[in-house]
Amino acid sequence: MGLDADAVLTRHGRDRTRLLDMLWDIQRAWGHLPEDVVAGIAEGLGTTANDIRETASFYHFFHTTPGGRYRIYLADTVVARMRGYDEVRARLEQETGATFGGPPDPTGSFSLLDTPCVGLSDQEPAMLVDSVVFTRLRPGKVADIIAQLRAGATPEEVANPAGLPHDDVAYVDHLVETNVRTKGPVFFRYPTDYRSLIRDCLVLTPEQINERISESGLRGRGGAGFSTGLKWQLCRSARGERKHVICNADEGEPGTFKDRVLLTRSPKQVFAGMVIAAYAIGASNGIVYLRAEYSYLIDYLQRQLDEMRADGLLGPAMMGRKGFDFDIRLQVGGGSYVCGEESALIESCEGHRGTPRLKPPFPAQRGFLGEPTCIDNVESFATIARILEEGPEWFRAMGTADSAGTRLLSVAGDCSRPGIYEVEWGTTLSAVLELVGAQDPMAVQVAGPSGECVSVAADGARQIAFEDLACNGAFTVYGAQRDLLGIVREHLKFFVDESCGICVPCRVGNTELLRGVDRVMAGHAAHADLDEMVRWSQIIRGASRCGLGATSPKPFLSTLQRFPDIYRSRFRTPHGVMLASYDLDEALAGYDAAMRELEEDVS
Amino acid sequence: MTIQLTIDGEVVTTTEGTPLVEVAAANGTYVPTLCHHPGSPCLGTCRVCAVRVNGAIAASCSLGARDGMVVEVNTPELRDLRRTIVEMLFVEGVHNCPSCEKSGRCQLQAVALDMRLEGARFPYRYPDREAEHDAARIWLERDRCIFCQRCVEFVRDRETGKKIFSISRRGERARIELDVELADAMPPEQVAEAVDLCPVGAILAKGVGYDVPIGQRRYEAWSLRNRVLGRRPS
Ligand SMILES: Cc1cc2nc3c(=O)[nH]c(=O)nc-3n(C[C@H](O)[C@H](O)[C@H](O)COP(=O)(O)O)c2cc1C
Ligand code: SF4
Ligand code: SF4
Repeated sequence: MGLDADAVLTRHGRDRTRLLDMLWDIQRAWGHLPEDVVAGIAEGLGTTANDIRETASFYHFFHTTPGGRYRIYLADTVVARMRGYDEVRARLEQETGATFGGPPDPTGSFSLLDTPCVGLSDQEPAMLVDSVVFTRLRPGKVADIIAQLRAGATPEEVANPAGLPHDDVAYVDHLVETNVRTKGPVFFRYPTDYRSLIRDCLVLTPEQINERISESGLRGRGGAGFSTGLKWQLCRSARGERKHVICNADEGEPGTFKDRVLLTRSPKQVFAGMVIAAYAIGASNGIVYLRAEYSYLIDYLQRQLDEMRADGLLGPAMMGRKGFDFDIRLQVGGGSYVCGEESALIESCEGHRGTPRLKPPFPAQRGFLGEPTCIDNVESFATIARILEEGPEWFRAMGTADSAGTRLLSVAGDCSRPGIYEVEWGTTLSAVLELVGAQDPMAVQVAGPSGECVSVAADGARQIAFEDLACNGAFTVYGAQRDLLGIVREHLKFFVDESCGICVPCRVGNTELLRGVDRVMAGHAAHADLDEMVRWSQIIRGASRCGLGATSPKPFLSTLQRFPDIYRSRFRTPHGVMLASYDLDEALAGYDAAMRELEEDVS
Repeated sequence: MTIQLTIDGEVVTTTEGTPLVEVAAANGTYVPTLCHHPGSPCLGTCRVCAVRVNGAIAASCSLGARDGMVVEVNTPELRDLRRTIVEMLFVEGVHNCPSCEKSGRCQLQAVALDMRLEGARFPYRYPDREAEHDAARIWLERDRCIFCQRCVEFVRDRETGKKIFSISRRGERARIELDVELADAMPPEQVAEAVDLCPVGAILAKGVGYDVPIGQRRYEAWSLRNRVLGRRPS
């Protein structure tokens, strides 16, 4: 406690772009962001307290008011709800005496909060107690954790009784499982000598590296699937004194966790990919933007970076090459899905709200601090390291015509072997279901809420590939017993909660769409309502400013296409000229009783 | 560089990079806007100026003209799209035009009238939004705010360059905040500018009411469409 604004400012060089780091320091010290400390930070940065709050209040892990001594964030996800989430949630309320979203318990010990997917779909339900994670929760386990906290143990002591050092992989492995189910060809194969790999790359010219990446046919693994070679070339030829390489480790798409596993099992493969990118585009500054939910990886990743520095694989005049200076820092986010969108991520790195920028200009032209920036997904960087190890032809030979290589799938839901699988692009949906031991599967959410909900019966032969079923890595299996409409609602709610709010179609439209689904669920909608909702969906998708709005209606649209009966079965027959949602009988239901009461009153 | 593109099938000539919304206006095609503020950096928040460019929907304020672009503005589908976005704004806030000081000079009202908007396809939400009355000369009627960001981006303290208006929270809970101390330091003409900058009646000057009679106000005297198209009263 007692950390003051000046100490925080000094620690971060009074640099406004480090505002998120400052906010984390303050919150860790005080449990929230006290008004006077915020005012002190504002003064030190030459701005207003409102301006600091403008950034802070965007992120759901920052709090301007005090909460309980511990804040418990229970991940509310579709998979958790298949795995006893309701019981865990009820038990948490019972044991702590607090209510979700409400004030702390009377003793001031606990606040309970909801949070979206924390990247642990294969070991849910999961919760964070401040930054410490607990997985595979059951009511009894929850009761035990709360009892220990009440008895005075810290979350850290409860989770890590052996006191494993945080920079050791054993600590990470103790907290969360990695569940890697396949080995190779690209990932989790054998240890690589990154020193020789980087040395061999530096013998090539940057142009030669760019050529190899282009020849490999690699397309970005973060979702959009843009050609990595083309992006690098654009960034290399963009004019700018200084350039940046950013690794997108925000992994916010509900259902994905492969980037967490890559950063745990193969961090140096990812960082080597960043070094190669820096050399190829001429960048000197690197940032890994890590979602705050993965805070337990910070010390471990810092140590990997330190080791690379000690090895001369990061830092000034790398490997004795004068003029090639490149280093990497970690930037921890603050809790926001849209910050995975590349330009929102850059805003966040600059210490602002995660508001997506208008494009063009693209980050490759004007990115971090207005300078050319190459931003790629964790898996893309790890893939790059392997492409340069084995050659572009080796990579190109795998996959399909438009999707070269392999893809990591984060598999969860109704299957016997959830975890991380590497599959060649072109693998069919059925083949993946077989591989993972799917249990009576009805549907698969491919690429998370922003992707598609496909039917196992109708789409089994479709291929995981950019030209067919594009997939950002999430693969969530829904068994026949699942309530798909309930899942659609969860996903739409997620987008409403995570919209940055800057543009109208997304901010207002998604809420209307959610309410529309609620009307269907309540049995208040007719066919015409669905037609309207499809029209709103087109407008939201077409007119929104960023990819969040461009994809948010997809849970509704894809289920409507594949599973129309989940909607139809709840239709109400319209009553004459009235709106379907208007039920004359229901509206008049209380009439007789009210009249009787009135008569009694009068008499 | 001079280039050519088509707007609703007509070939027009312009300078490369000119925002499409301005190219359209210069050639007699009115595209409604709310956040767009000519001469200032693009905000791209309201999306009311959506058109199709080479088949894809785009905000015409945020896209610069390129040679050969095929721009569609007045198709039934696009009119309906823009109208829907305006309806979204009406249901999201509380807009009692007849009792609003900005009536007749409100851009949202003028755009809606031009579209002949009479109601909305969404239920009205009637949100409960707190007004900000603490500053001496200016107040914030959040009910009417359309979150266009003009005040946040374009109003600065004259001495320090600090923001006077800012945002808090996100998504549908996001709202505009006012720095009361800096607001109280605003000279009267800056207050008037801020009131004028706000496209709706969310930023208002205290102690001013009905300074221009109803019926003679900006868009009543000469419509928004005519103003945008640069038509002068004869
Ligand atoms: C709402 C939204 C969220 C996103 N989240 C992520 C993310 O968590 N991780 C990621 O790598 N890309 C994410 N993306 C995609 C990025 O904008 C960007 O395309 C990607 O990081 C580029 O890297 P790549 O070319 O290697 O895929 C997101 C996009 C949107 C629109
Ligand atoms: S689409 Fe949604 S998340 Fe993206 S800019 Fe608009 S409001 Fe923000
Ligand atoms: S107060 Fe006015 S100018 Fe500011 S965001 Fe709201 S509508 Fe726009």
